Amino acid sequence: MTTSYEEILEKVITELSALTAPDAGLTEDSELVTELGLDSFKVLDLLMDIEDEFDISMPVNLLADVHTVKDLAERIHTVINTGT
Amino acid sequence: MSLFAKFQPLVQDRHSLLGEGVDPFGAPIEEIYSPTEARINGRRTILAGTNNYLGLTFDKECLDAAHAALDELGTGTTGSRMANGSFSGHRALEREIAAFYECDKAIVFTTGYQANLAVISGLANNEDTIVIDADSHASIYDGCRLSGADVVRFRHNNPDDLHKRLKRLGERAANTLVIIEGIYSMLGDKARIREFVEVKNAHQAMLLVDEAHSLGVLGERGRGLVEEAGVINEADFIVGTFSKSLASTGGYCVSNHPQLDLIRYASRPYIFTASPCPSVIASTREALKRVENGADLRARLWRHARRLYRHLLDAGYELGPEPCPVIAALLDTREQALALWRGLHEHGVYVNLIFPPATPDGKSLVRISVCAAHTDEQIDKICEAFSALS
Repeated sequence: MTTSYEEILEKVITELSALTAPDAGLTEDSELVTELGLDSFKVLDLLMDIEDEFDISMPVNLLADVHTVKDLAERIHTVINTGT
Repeated sequence: MSLFAKFQPLVQDRHSLLGEGVDPFGAPIEEIYSPTEARINGRRTILAGTNNYLGLTFDKECLDAAHAALDELGTGTTGSRMANGSFSGHRALEREIAAFYECDKAIVFTTGYQANLAVISGLANNEDTIVIDADSHASIYDGCRLSGADVVRFRHNNPDDLHKRLKRLGERAANTLVIIEGIYSMLGDKARIREFVEVKNAHQAMLLVDEAHSLGVLGERGRGLVEEAGVINEADFIVGTFSKSLASTGGYCVSNHPQLDLIRYASRPYIFTASPCPSVIASTREALKRVENGADLRARLWRHARRLYRHLLDAGYELGPEPCPVIAALLDTREQALALWRGLHEHGVYVNLIFPPATPDGKSLVRISVCAAHTDEQIDKICEAFSALS
C-alpha cells in the first residue's frame, strides 16, 4: 500500500505542531532549525516519532539534506514507497 | 560571509546569559590541593564535578610509576603506534586490561573519545547499520557519523523500543551494532543491560557497551555494569576511558572477537593519533590494579552517593532516577541552573553545569560527581550548600 505525499505532510505537520509555538506559522516551506527553532536533538526525536507513526526505519543520516518541512515529508515519502 | 559569522549567535547567547561572572564552562582551576579540593577563582573549593570517582589522581603508586616512566622513557611517544612503534607499556597495559576483563583482545587508545571514534568507525561502514540509545554520549554519535553507517536511535534505556527498531530492520538486524552505556553520564541511570542482551541475542545483533562512567564504580572487581549484571561474555565489545576512575587519560576496547586487532589497520582515529605518553600508561597500569582491589573505595563512593542523593531529594531537588556517583539536579531553565551553579560556587562547591541540547528532555542540569576520597565533612558541606540554595 502506498502513502501519498499529502498524507505524509499532514502527519508531519501534526507532529511538528506539538513541538513548536502556536504562532510559529508552520508551513510546507518552514525551515526546521532556523525558522521553527528546533534544536538538533528535537529534530532527531521527531524522527523517532515519525518512524513510529509510519512504522518505518529511517536512519538519522538521511536527514543530512533535510532543511524544510517539505524536505522531510519528501524524504519520508521516498522511504515509505521505495524502502530507501 | 566570514568563517566566524556562524559563531555570533553563540557569542551573543553566552554574553547575555553569563554576563561578567565566572564562566562555568571554563572555570579557572588555579591550584589543586588534593583529589577533592582546589582553588577556583581565588576560593578554596570542594571538587564535586570531576568524575574522579575513586580519587586516585594523587595515589602514591600511580605518581611513583608516572615519575619513573618520565625519567626512563621521556615525555612523549611523538607519534602513532603504526609509525613510531608500540612501547612495552602500551602492550603490557593491553594484556592487563584483557586479563582484567578475562577477554582475549584489548586495544588502548589515547583518549576515551578516540576509543569510541576508532572502534565504531572501524567496525561499521556505509553498508552497516548502528542502533544507539537516544541519550548516547557525543563520542558515540561522532563515531557513528565517521563510520558512514546508517544510524537508528532507540528511546533512552528502553529495550522494547530497541526490539521494535531492530525488527523493522528485518534481515539487516543480524548485521547491526547496538550501542549502550553502563551508566549514562547525564542522569546517572544504569542501562537495563540484561534485557538489552536478550533483545540483541533475539536479533543476532552485536552489542557494544561503553563503561566510561561505570568502570571502577560497579561490579565486585570494578569491571562495570557488565560485571554487576553478570553479562561480561554477552558484550561483543566493551569500551571505556582511563580519565575517570583510572585518573589519567586514554581509552580502551576489549573483546573476545579475534578481529578486534584488525581495527589497528582499519581505523583512522587509531592510525593517525599519537599514542599515549609513557607516564600516562604507567599511572594507568597502577590505577587498574587499585581498581581491581578497590572494594573499599567503591563502598565509600556508594555510601557518599546514596547519602547525597537522599539529602538532595529531601531538600526538594528533582533528580535522576536512581542514586549513583553521578547525581543530576534537573532545572527547568538555563537561568535557574546557572543561578544554582553560581550559588554553589560561592559556597565553595564545584559542580558541572549542562545546558540543552546536550541534556535529556530540554532540561538544564547541575551535575555532581561524588568521589571516594571525599570526607564525610566535605559531603556535609555539599549537602549544606544545596540546602541553602533550594
